[in-house]
Amino acid sequence: MFDWWQRIVDSLVYGKFGLDSKSALGSALDFFLFDTAKIFLLLTVIIFVVTVIRSYFPTEKVRDYLEGKHPLVGHIAAALFGIITPFCSCSAIPLFLGFIQARIPLGVTFSYLISAPMNNEIAIAMLFALFGWKITALYIGFGLLVAIVAGIVIGKMDLEDEILIKPPAAKPPKLEEVKIPFKERAKEAWDYTKDILKKVWLYIIAGVGIGAFIHGYVPTETIVKYAGGDAWYAVPIATILGVPMYSNAAGVMPLIEVLTQKGMLLGTALSFMMAITALSLPEAMILKKILSIKLISIFFGVVALGIMAIGFIFNAILS
Amino acid sequence: MKIEILGTGCAKCKALEENAKQAVAKSGKFALIEKVEDITKIMEYGVMSTPGLVIDGKVVSTGKLLSVDEIAALIS
Repeated sequence: MFDWWQRIVDSLVYGKFGLDSKSALGSALDFFLFDTAKIFLLLTVIIFVVTVIRSYFPTEKVRDYLEGKHPLVGHIAAALFGIITPFCSCSAIPLFLGFIQARIPLGVTFSYLISAPMNNEIAIAMLFALFGWKITALYIGFGLLVAIVAGIVIGKMDLEDEILIKPPAAKPPKLEEVKIPFKERAKEAWDYTKDILKKVWLYIIAGVGIGAFIHGYVPTETIVKYAGGDAWYAVPIATILGVPMYSNAAGVMPLIEVLTQKGMLLGTALSFMMAITALSLPEAMILKKILSIKLISIFFGVVALGIMAIGFIFNAILS
Repeated sequence: MKIEILGTGCAKCKALEENAKQAVAKSGKFALIEKVEDITKIMEYGVMSTPGLVIDGKVVSTGKLLSVDEIAALIS
């Protein structure tokens, strides 16, 4: 899809600048120019399109749909809705309580709460830009699986008493649907896209910059020795390392791309990416206001186990 | 007229309150602006994506930072 752009960059770096394509500097610069332009283009397009689609699926509508559904249907639908609804960890509390208020089971609520941040628009756009649609589909597919299974497990554990604030007893009133013309949705989506780009551009440049440096200067053997290989502890370490990186997902993804090219196994990389988006410390801090430490620990523990299982299975199948 | 801003303290909620004040000042109407931070009260309105805007007890917007002009259009 971007072969034409690769040719332009190649002729610029190796032709105009006269750098050797075998040299570290040449290949690092080539990689940097190619990746940054590709990422920003795809990021802009994907975030804009996803945001327009999402404006048709407010969380209130999802809640009304999930209300009173069979639990299994609920888990699957909740995880799927996580892909197409907007999610911000700042509204995790009203979202959580709103679901419980509508008598949606705790486990189904968690299926949604796991899927929504994992399938955030930045992560999906970066994955698509860096790894292509196959890996993106694998990420989304297995992410849904983790969300569904972890939700079912949490739902079976009778943890309803671990919710510290009880939502109002009355069912939530149905909100009137506000008709918004498409033009306005598009304008809002464009403003939102610009906001996101303003927030992440520096991380992306830094991430791709470090990635380009590794690409050009660090030998593959070093990466395989420290970050890759089939050592059993690679997956758990990648999962734990992912936890504090939530806000920097955009900057970390380019690094993962380089690490996989240099020998990090795909399962390890998938675990790493899922841990970055699904296990977020800021979100845990916010949820602490309404959930007991026990419930939050179980939530993190179950999701972490699921993510690691996927890493192990993948590494086993592909190696 | 009573305008309520629903939000648990996120940056967008504060910005919405500020815009609402300006919109009221611009319109020259008399309106009471109240910030609702109590999560139980927000839930009673059925709002899950903050900030929410409520005018005279009716939810008119959720999960959106409305501009001064947009709010002015809603209150006029």
